[in-house]
Amino acid sequence: MKQTAKLALEDGTVYTGTGFGAAGEVEGEVCFNTSMTGYQEILTDPSYRGQIVTMTYPQIGNYGINEEDVESCRPHLSGFVIRELSRIHSNFRSEGGLDEYLQKHGIVGIAGIDTRALVRRIRTQGAMKGILSTEDLDDESLVAKAKASAGLVGRDLVQEVVSEQPQEWSESLSRWAHISDQESKSDSEANLHVVALDFGMKWNIARHLRDLGCRVTILPGTTATADRVRELNPDGVFLSNGPGDPEPLTYAIETIRSLMGEKPIFGICLGHQLLALASGAKTFKLKFGHRGANQPVIDFDTGKVEITAQNHGFAVDEESLPDHLEITHRNLNDQTIAGLRHREAPAFGVQYHPEASSGPHDSRYLFKRFRDLMESGAQVTS
Amino acid sequence: MPRRDDIHKILLIGSGPIVIGQACEFDYSGTQACKALREEGYEVVLVNSNPATIMTDPNTADRTYIEPLTWEIVEKVIEQEKPDALLPTLGGQTGLNVAMDLDRHGVLETHGVKMIGANAQVIAKAEERDQFKKAMESIGLECCHGRTVHTLEEAREVLGEVGLPCVVRPSFTLGGSGSAVAYNRQDFDTLVQYGLDQSPITEVLIEESVLGWKEYEMEVMRDLDDNVVIICAIENFDPMGVHTGDSITVAPAQTLTDKEYQRMRDASLAVIREIGVETGGSNIQFAIDPKTGRMIVIEMNPRVSRSSALASKATGFPIAKIAAKLAVGYRLHELPNDITRKTQACFEPSIDYVVTKIPRFAFEKFPEADSTLTTQMKSVGETMAIGRTFKESFQKALRGLEVGRFGFGCDGSKDLWGSEQQPTVEEIKANLARPNEDRVWHLRYAMKAGLSNKKIHELSYIDPWFLDHLSEIVELEEELLKIESITDVDNATLRKAKQFGYSDRQLAEIFQTSEMEVREFRKSRGIVATFKSVDTCAAEFEAYTPYFYSTYEDEDETPAKQPDRKRIMILGGGPNRIGQGIEFDYCCCHASFALRELGIESIMVNSNPETVSTDYDTSDLLFFEPLTTEDVLNICDRVQPDGVIVQFGGQTPLNLARGLATAGIPIIGTTVDTIEAAEDRKQFQEILQRLNLKQPANGIAMNMNQARSEAAKIGFPSLVRPSFVLGGRAMEICYDQSQFERFVSEAFNASQGKSVLIDRFLEDATEVDVDAICDGENVIIAGIMEHIEEAGVHSGDSACAIPSYSLPQNVIEEIRTATRSLALHLNVVGLMNIQFAVKTEDGKPNVYVLEVNPRASRTVPFVAKATGVPVAKLAAKVMAGVTLDELGLDREPIPAHVSVKESVFPFRKFVGVDIVLGPEMRSTGEVMGISERFSIAFAKSQLAAGVVLPKDGQIFISVTERDKDLVAALAERLHRLGFELIATAGTARRLEDAGIPVEPVKKLVEGHPNLIDYLIDGKVSLILNTPNGKGARTDEGRIRAAAVQHGVSCITTFQAAEAAVMAMEALREEEIKVQSLQERFAERAVN
Repeated sequence: MKQTAKLALEDGTVYTGTGFGAAGEVEGEVCFNTSMTGYQEILTDPSYRGQIVTMTYPQIGNYGINEEDVESCRPHLSGFVIRELSRIHSNFRSEGGLDEYLQKHGIVGIAGIDTRALVRRIRTQGAMKGILSTEDLDDESLVAKAKASAGLVGRDLVQEVVSEQPQEWSESLSRWAHISDQESKSDSEANLHVVALDFGMKWNIARHLRDLGCRVTILPGTTATADRVRELNPDGVFLSNGPGDPEPLTYAIETIRSLMGEKPIFGICLGHQLLALASGAKTFKLKFGHRGANQPVIDFDTGKVEITAQNHGFAVDEESLPDHLEITHRNLNDQTIAGLRHREAPAFGVQYHPEASSGPHDSRYLFKRFRDLMESGAQVTS
Repeated sequence: MPRRDDIHKILLIGSGPIVIGQACEFDYSGTQACKALREEGYEVVLVNSNPATIMTDPNTADRTYIEPLTWEIVEKVIEQEKPDALLPTLGGQTGLNVAMDLDRHGVLETHGVKMIGANAQVIAKAEERDQFKKAMESIGLECCHGRTVHTLEEAREVLGEVGLPCVVRPSFTLGGSGSAVAYNRQDFDTLVQYGLDQSPITEVLIEESVLGWKEYEMEVMRDLDDNVVIICAIENFDPMGVHTGDSITVAPAQTLTDKEYQRMRDASLAVIREIGVETGGSNIQFAIDPKTGRMIVIEMNPRVSRSSALASKATGFPIAKIAAKLAVGYRLHELPNDITRKTQACFEPSIDYVVTKIPRFAFEKFPEADSTLTTQMKSVGETMAIGRTFKESFQKALRGLEVGRFGFGCDGSKDLWGSEQQPTVEEIKANLARPNEDRVWHLRYAMKAGLSNKKIHELSYIDPWFLDHLSEIVELEEELLKIESITDVDNATLRKAKQFGYSDRQLAEIFQTSEMEVREFRKSRGIVATFKSVDTCAAEFEAYTPYFYSTYEDEDETPAKQPDRKRIMILGGGPNRIGQGIEFDYCCCHASFALRELGIESIMVNSNPETVSTDYDTSDLLFFEPLTTEDVLNICDRVQPDGVIVQFGGQTPLNLARGLATAGIPIIGTTVDTIEAAEDRKQFQEILQRLNLKQPANGIAMNMNQARSEAAKIGFPSLVRPSFVLGGRAMEICYDQSQFERFVSEAFNASQGKSVLIDRFLEDATEVDVDAICDGENVIIAGIMEHIEEAGVHSGDSACAIPSYSLPQNVIEEIRTATRSLALHLNVVGLMNIQFAVKTEDGKPNVYVLEVNPRASRTVPFVAKATGVPVAKLAAKVMAGVTLDELGLDREPIPAHVSVKESVFPFRKFVGVDIVLGPEMRSTGEVMGISERFSIAFAKSQLAAGVVLPKDGQIFISVTERDKDLVAALAERLHRLGFELIATAGTARRLEDAGIPVEPVKKLVEGHPNLIDYLIDGKVSLILNTPNGKGARTDEGRIRAAAVQHGVSCITTFQAAEAAVMAMEALREEEIKVQSLQERFAERAVN
């Protein structure tokens, strides 16, 4: 049965719509994603921990949910905001509807609000704390709760999403990742070993590393020490994406700093920020972040522009950049740093998502760059 | 990297006349390209034969040639202008083909002209099927199985490989012309033969059928650095089997997961790279098997296309403009995104709404044509609508079609559900299985009849996602029908109905009340339209370009009115149709330019995505909305215009004028009363009598009996037509009572409750069109056009010339005087058009007034191009209160050269249709020929229209009884030109009597070899045939249809035949020369 749901922001705005998914009440930072496809990947991206995500595209649920396209074992975001939920799902791979999926996983959703008005508010006011509820429908009470909620800054959300056990990864990219079968063969038998520090890693990253011919060992980023990594004697260390503010993750920064220069390192998103922090730079919170699949990034090595998938609310502060960090990529929309390379150590990172999922595949070359770095590193040490 | 400095002068080739498959979208792209290149300091030379375009305005390009689009003519332009480069990708298939011809004939090499954007090899690789297929296979993409053939025998071999049904697709034709699906061997043979004939290189592709698969289009852009972006993904509502131009299409793609979408994106990037389109936009079509996801590349257009215009309007990303800049060396990230200003053009638009495009057809004009939608395009126009949901945009698009529908059913008399004509379940099923223009309505009937969506999908292959949304609309209708009165509807439900796209008209129908009452009621409940902007970025960045659509939500983004600036709204012409097309869009654009020049804020309202008027650059504010009273009033509520212009968009805005005026909206220029007075028979008759002007005897009837009694007074022949309809819909000449009975009842059907007009038909009269501007005090005649074909052929279908080439001076003077007194008496403010007929009676020419239209006419752009005076712009200024004196327009412009307008017809798309001209307009477009001599101007107009005036060979002559006395003289001249003449018995006897050598040929009924055999053998180079009878079933009708099929020009009026002979004579004396408009009007200030 359809029930009323409300979304309240800390600035006092309240949106009234229809609930879907689970009933309940959740807090979170309200943000928006401009991807027109890929809601399933967004839902299961652990980086959205602590956030209430608004989809700018108004028709959601069209193609249902399938087992293949998940980025982790379950949805991680706090709440989901859309304009209209599709009654049916139509796609040859669909295994179920979005509504049941969110119900099953206890995710509260709201539909039927003026999502564009909400997005415009976030754009002008910046990302805000908010509360989404199907239980408390009193505006004043909701706004008060939104104001009192924790927010993202200074919080370690990684703890909440990382699995406790190390894992050997075996899955490759799906058949949909390539335009034809002839392309989908793993293009190398590199036999390299990557240790991935998991801060809330999207599975497609591991799939990409597998497709490069790497053996992938995933260690929980929260507990992995530099020595633990050294024990595994990997050819490279990967730093994953993850939710929230990188600054409180001192344990991770410590580990990375210790490994820097020893092993080739590649960081994505939060991993990139941690790499920068470990190299002496600072991070800051963006007004409302970059979340979408259409963000242009220029690669200064080639001069070419790639269209990237992004999902971050924090970024590396250019002012704070030490000399040994070189800017390799920039976001063309707001000129923020999108990629860094360590001048003295074999380490680089990008703020965006070369693993895509959801999003365009333009940046896959970065995984090859990582492999090249590991291979040249391997030669040096051998 | 900045712009290229090694080139300075760039040649652009336009797409010529509006035809099916090539419409206003190439005026939009060409105009954008001209502006973009000139902005960068390049000199732009433009060739296009279509005068009704903004791109051929003398201030759009530096040098404008309104000349026929053949490589020989363009070569002359190249010789004269010596451009450095040719940009071939912005003028549609026509522009591309001419560019390829120039290359093939070595013209580009000889004159050192570089092709930029895409070169000849690239174009060939994309367009030639075998090359394309090989290229696709090399990058691991699948195409349909099949191959190209050059003979029927070869085709039959391939049939063995691909099986039935299969697709037959001729190479290098417009809009997929000649493409169709063969279901049996007999169809197959016919289609292959037809395709071979249609293809300029006698080549057809035989291919496996992917009927019923999901169809997608990707709009791709690439720059010289190999940066590639997708501008828009379009999903077809009608699955594979229907040409995308004839499909309902939706943006963005709705039923693909990100994985599948990204795979298609990867494939698109791989295709554009492999084909090698260096810079610019391309369109790639894919089919996806809905059961397995198997993806097939259908085709690629290595140029901007109709879909790219749609994608530009759907996303706000100006593809053509950016394509032009990329062609001269810019990189995508070096170009700003105009809409956000802060970001660059190198990104992929994200949209936060749903766009639906619905094609508009004209089968009522071609009753003999097969109305099944196939892989050959048949639609003549399209409308696009934007809504926050598919349901909303779909219903908006249906009312934007302007076919008397106001949404998805329960919208008045055209909804057959519950009426006596309600289709049976069997009829419904048949209409679901056969794609046709009414299938969309049968989807609703099927739902009302209780067919499951599963069943509907099985019959139509339409994706269940779309069907479920239509079900939601229908379910809400049922829910609303249960409620007694609108006052009993709760706010949430009423709001939901509006959010589902229900119009006030539909709600009025459901609650048995009036549209205005619904409107007042919902407004009293606070349910009002809000406007959102189209910003390319889903609100991520602030938008500066004011491009809006309506929806029913909380926040409205309409910019506030500036206190010191007037706002004037221009209502556009909606989707192209026969009778109302680009000419009116041209006028609307000029109105906007005029207002902006006067410092007035101009607001455009239109629903046609092809047009220049819906470019966000054209007006200060653009509202992409259906042109209905409700939608326009909703905009007025928000923008509070100081005036609304209804004169420029053809019949569409005129039909809204009364409703708007009643609602208190200020209509500027000629008043609604005057507009109605000119349409009202009685009032008009009184005015003419008062002014002492003649009119053919006439009457008006509201029913059949009245019609009969009027006919008795008027006599035969008479002309019948419905009132308030443009383009001569259901207009017919009746020579006797039985014809009269039939045609009058058809006219009542078409008139939708309005009256039917009956006029005495003036035989053998010369028709004259006059366009004039009046400011209430002074009248300036802008152009007097003498028609080539006699009165009785619709003015939109006849050729005409400025200045008059045969009328005596005193008749012209009489026409001038009549025009002035009518304009002043009617108190016209702005444009007016009058149609006169000059008939010689008792040895003296008499001038009759046939019709007065106090609005911009179809001829306005032609007049502007012929005279060098921007008539529409001046008229708009007059409407805004500037006097003719202040504008410095003090006399009728008389050009030093002759301009001939010729009409272009879609007969090649409607196989078997009789091509005889009549009072019902059937042309889709026009071309113009300019020269010092009438004969050469006429010759150019024919060349531009694709009518081949041969230099030698056989000419077949067959004339009607009344032309027989005149035929000998004409034949004599043809004989002297060295043509062999052939004729059927009657005409042959006349010629023999006059001593002209002629070979008699059998009529079709007389056995073989008859004329059609001659046509098939390619012996006949021209047909002059004035009809005795009409219709596809008559002997002559079949001959004319066969002529179209075999590409032999066929002239069907005696006047046109005379002009053609004159032209052929003149072509023996002098060669065609080309000259730019700028040079022609060098002395005249062109504003």
